[in-house]
Amino acid sequence: MWPSLSALASDINGGKVKAVDLVNKALKKIDEDKDYNAIISVYKESALEKAQKIDELVKKGQKVGKLAGIPFIAKDNFLTIEGYTTAASNVLKNYRAVYQSTAVNLLEDQGAICIAKSNMDAFAHGSSTENSDFFTTSNPYDKNRVPGGSSGGSAASVALSMVPFSIGTDTGGSIRQPASFCGVVGYKPTYGLVSRSGVIAMASSTDTIGTITSNVLDAVTVMDIISGQDKLDSTTLPSKYKIDSNKIKIIKKAKIGIIKEYLDYGLDDQVREGLSLTIAKLKNAGYELEEVSIKSLPLALAVYYILCPAEVSSNLSRYDGQRYGYSEANSLDLESSYVESRTNGFGKEAKRRIMIGTYVLSSGYYEAYYKKAQLVRTKLINEFNEVFNKYDFLIGPTVPTVAFEKKSKKDPLEMYLNDIMTVAINLTGVPAISLPVPLENSLPVGVQLIANQKKDNELLSLALSVEEILNRED
Amino acid sequence: MSQTLTRDEVLKIAKLAKLEIADDEIDVYINELSEIIEYVKQLDKVDTEGLSPTNQVTGLNNVFREDKVLYYGYTPEELLKTLNNVQDSYVKVKRVIE
Repeated sequence: MWPSLSALASDINGGKVKAVDLVNKALKKIDEDKDYNAIISVYKESALEKAQKIDELVKKGQKVGKLAGIPFIAKDNFLTIEGYTTAASNVLKNYRAVYQSTAVNLLEDQGAICIAKSNMDAFAHGSSTENSDFFTTSNPYDKNRVPGGSSGGSAASVALSMVPFSIGTDTGGSIRQPASFCGVVGYKPTYGLVSRSGVIAMASSTDTIGTITSNVLDAVTVMDIISGQDKLDSTTLPSKYKIDSNKIKIIKKAKIGIIKEYLDYGLDDQVREGLSLTIAKLKNAGYELEEVSIKSLPLALAVYYILCPAEVSSNLSRYDGQRYGYSEANSLDLESSYVESRTNGFGKEAKRRIMIGTYVLSSGYYEAYYKKAQLVRTKLINEFNEVFNKYDFLIGPTVPTVAFEKKSKKDPLEMYLNDIMTVAINLTGVPAISLPVPLENSLPVGVQLIANQKKDNELLSLALSVEEILNRED
Repeated sequence: MSQTLTRDEVLKIAKLAKLEIADDEIDVYINELSEIIEYVKQLDKVDTEGLSPTNQVTGLNNVFREDKVLYYGYTPEELLKTLNNVQDSYVKVKRVIE
């Protein structure tokens, strides 16, 4: 276990702890647990060098950043100058970035050290890391099960205490679902709160960047640093909405809607137990909770699996073998070079999504699928707005199940159905957090708290309060 | 069970997407894609009368900046170095015509 980020930062700043020791501790843990396959690459030398520099500055009495010397892991779809950025795909296996993602830059500006890059479903397409073109990550609680995905390596790395925090991306649940499966805290902010610059695009209208931590305050600390407007991403929100540690405080009163549609779904017993326990404890603590219906919610997955593949097919069209990424050396002409590079470079799931996306965007089908999905998306947004007129927050499970066994989902649609409770959040752009519920003799279970758009500070305040209540000894 | 997508449609989509599908994969694609398309077809029945489509979810539009070249820490030469095959600062591709 790692101390909280604020404790670590103050120990480093005060000279009580050396950055080099923190980095060595993380490196040792990464090595000890390498058979979990959570990590794609480790930046040992550069991490130690950066740590030494921080220790020297502290020794000289100079001020260092808010996360100085603290090691972290980035999902391998964040561009870093160091090493390769692969998105766990064969297409980008040998890809070296020339610039860094804004999120990594902001963390490095505060002295945090990117020590490794984590495994994921290739191009973030998936819910288990089984779609990684390299290897599948194991769940820290049961090696026969998946860690969730697509940020499965990031979630597992925090659950295994390799590092105190990791960063990931959430397009349809890719932070919250693995956080739920691995028993850690996963935060997905309002769309546009964190810059997407330098993050390999999946579905641009729902891609968000967030954190995986072992507690809510650490999520606040990291989000405070990475959120805010960025001129390199024109979809970022004005900085007045950014997460501010000073605005996060325990809230004792709130009106919380329990999403009815999620209760009707076939939940695993442990998931139901975790949700019931949380609801009971919150009622007991004086919060007002009642069931609320969002009628179009069961349609969200169908909307998502039109819009997401459509955007994926567009975003992956850049991998044509000509400029960078996998290129077939022996193709005879340009056309066959495109086709052969893409056919031999992309994995199964990327191809499947490209195919669906191309179909729903193709002439004659665009209105029936893509436009219809955008219309139902509007309906969903309207219903969310209505509900948030009456309730401050919403609560439900993060995932209907606990972590499933590797290779147990044979059929792509069956895998997609695991995202049923997370995708609506991305379609409506609202923030959500998955918190682990302490249950005895159970695989990890997460509960999902949701707020309206741009209410990230309020949501994290509630999450802090709920975390405290869940961990209270009765 | 008759499938939503035909063999010809799957091959046409692959062509548009610049992917090649091996003979033994065609049936797998027909089955998997048909199943997914059948699932998303539930939206057909939804009443969306009077609604406008959502393209951007937080309400931002027309975010402009000054039309000026800015330096972000990397030069065109550095960017060119990441490319597979460059000649005189052009990307070199395979032949286009006979």
